[in-house]
Amino acid sequence: MPSDAAADTGSATRESLISYYRDMLLIRRFEEKAGQLYGMGLIGGFCHLYIGQEAVVTGMQAAIREGDSVITAYRDHGHMLTCGMDPKGVMAELTGRIGGYSKGKGGSMHMFSLEERFYGGHGIVGAQVPLGTGIAFAHKYSGDSGVCLTYFGDGATNQGQVYESFNMAELWDLPVIYVIENNKYGMGTSVERASSTIDLHQRGAAHGIPGEAVDGMDVLAVRAAGEKAVAHARKGDGPFILEMVTYRYRGHSMSDPAKYRSRDEVQKMREERDPIERVKALLASDGAEGDALKEIDREIRGIVNQAAEFAQNSPEPDPAELYTDVLAA
Amino acid sequence: MPAGLPASVPDNAETEYAGETTEVTVREALRDAMAEEMRRDARVFLMGEEVAEYQGAYKVSQGLLDEFGAKRVIDTPITEHGFTGLGTGAAFAGLRPIVEFMTFNFAMQGIDHIINSAAKTRYMSGGQVSAPIVFRGPNGAAARVAAQHSQEYSSWYAHCPGLKVVAPWSAADAKGLLKAAIRDDDPVIFLENEILYGRTGEAPTDPDRIVPIGKAKVVRDGTDVTITGFSLMMETALAAAEMLEQDGIAAEVIDLRTIRPLDTATVVASLKKTNRLVSVEEGWPFAGIGAELCAVAMEQAFDDLDAPVARVCGADVPMPYAANLEKLALPDAERVVQAARAVCYAG
Repeated sequence: MPSDAAADTGSATRESLISYYRDMLLIRRFEEKAGQLYGMGLIGGFCHLYIGQEAVVTGMQAAIREGDSVITAYRDHGHMLTCGMDPKGVMAELTGRIGGYSKGKGGSMHMFSLEERFYGGHGIVGAQVPLGTGIAFAHKYSGDSGVCLTYFGDGATNQGQVYESFNMAELWDLPVIYVIENNKYGMGTSVERASSTIDLHQRGAAHGIPGEAVDGMDVLAVRAAGEKAVAHARKGDGPFILEMVTYRYRGHSMSDPAKYRSRDEVQKMREERDPIERVKALLASDGAEGDALKEIDREIRGIVNQAAEFAQNSPEPDPAELYTDVLAA
Repeated sequence: MPAGLPASVPDNAETEYAGETTEVTVREALRDAMAEEMRRDARVFLMGEEVAEYQGAYKVSQGLLDEFGAKRVIDTPITEHGFTGLGTGAAFAGLRPIVEFMTFNFAMQGIDHIINSAAKTRYMSGGQVSAPIVFRGPNGAAARVAAQHSQEYSSWYAHCPGLKVVAPWSAADAKGLLKAAIRDDDPVIFLENEILYGRTGEAPTDPDRIVPIGKAKVVRDGTDVTITGFSLMMETALAAAEMLEQDGIAAEVIDLRTIRPLDTATVVASLKKTNRLVSVEEGWPFAGIGAELCAVAMEQAFDDLDAPVARVCGADVPMPYAANLEKLALPDAERVVQAARAVCYAG
């Protein structure tokens, strides 16, 4: 497991560890519930779960501040929850209801919150990379000292527009952090089968963009690398690439039986590398009360159950909504 | 994001302009529109290939770098897919980009962002996220540059909900409509024409004067046949109208100006008077603007039609290079006259 940015566990307070535990657990339980609702036919279409990758968004969110922006692709539920979006509104969007963030018109892959500076939720692989670069351009143009976290997967690193973005971002010193979530498979194709070079953090080398590989299963390593990259971008030194080496436990989407990898491979990751168990272990060794964690578990289950309930009870959009929001009112 | 002025496009008919005008080229009218809007709103900036130091591949952005500086007049690398997306992202985040394509042929490198990112995001976000961006540049055939540099794109973009599509002809409309496009809260495709850049006309000098998007204009009154056109094809349509007058046929000529939303009311009102319609466009016939006008005429003015609608379009082939073939591939006044005589049953 590459780890250019080694985690300094000693620097994490018990309070922050609890907070990361809570945030990651919320994502996992939320996604498990989404999987259930999908199985019940309450969620349709494509639904890409984030289970296994929770440490990436949790650690990166800890490295930014209010006023910064976030954009990602379609495996986006974790990003939205971490940005502070309401689980009810996210789940209701999954069920296609009026109470969803996009009034049910966007679905799993297309949700936004200008309030939380979350810019989607994009369904075309790689498209969010120039978009995020443009959001970073806006930060620089307006001089607000914000940065944009632009997430994309290992699969997207072979899209041409990613390199067009790298070039402009470095040319113009844009405050963008490119977070490559390398979960080893672009849909069913492993990185090794898709990429001529597999050190994805070096993909900016031709443009002079620094990059690091990070243990994306370790929230503290992610946070440490994120802080360094964000500081680089914020002080005007331009983009930074972080390759988060991570893993998704579930299939690419709900319809994926995942026959391109072995059951053992998944099981081994779950048992040995799980990001939530890792933090839990740190807390136990830190002397945290088991009861406190159980209380968090209960609280999270409550939040997720409420979200699921809201998502099932919120009405479908009124038929008149078909023709709204096409153009500005 | 920088504080800016509220953007608005009045949804009313175009008012008469009685103010001062000056003679300018279409090229200058477009430049003046951008300069005035950049003075008015700090969020507006121009980006594209050769727009700054070179002063525009077709010199449309002449002088803008000097006035507004490199922060707001930005030379991009040759990277249409990238800067189309980058501009759209900047628009999501509250800026008002003007993205110049050296020609619209190259916009196909970035069309995914125009459609999937710019046009659809308001809807996909339930109305939360706007993309106030103008994509502009020359469209259609220039002269002798062959198939990859000679395509007319109005029907491509007009097909898509979430976009507005504008294609002006006169200098005054080029200025007024570009100002409206920049102030618009939705993505606007602004189709210019290289041959028109050098044409001159009177344009308002009042920086508050805009031409509303979505309004066609009757530029010549007539009673016998309605001829619609836009952009360079207005010259063809008007030349045909002159020729028809010699034959005793009074053609009413409408400049569509905006392709989406199409001002069907103006076309239908004219059709009710003339009972005959000829559509002129440079683009290909299949699923073109003329095909749409045929549907409009059938759906909204079926009982008023005295003849089937006639379409004069570009030939259904990639644009040839040879001078004689290129001429054959493009509509000309003679073909418009023939079409008009046919719908008038004038032999």
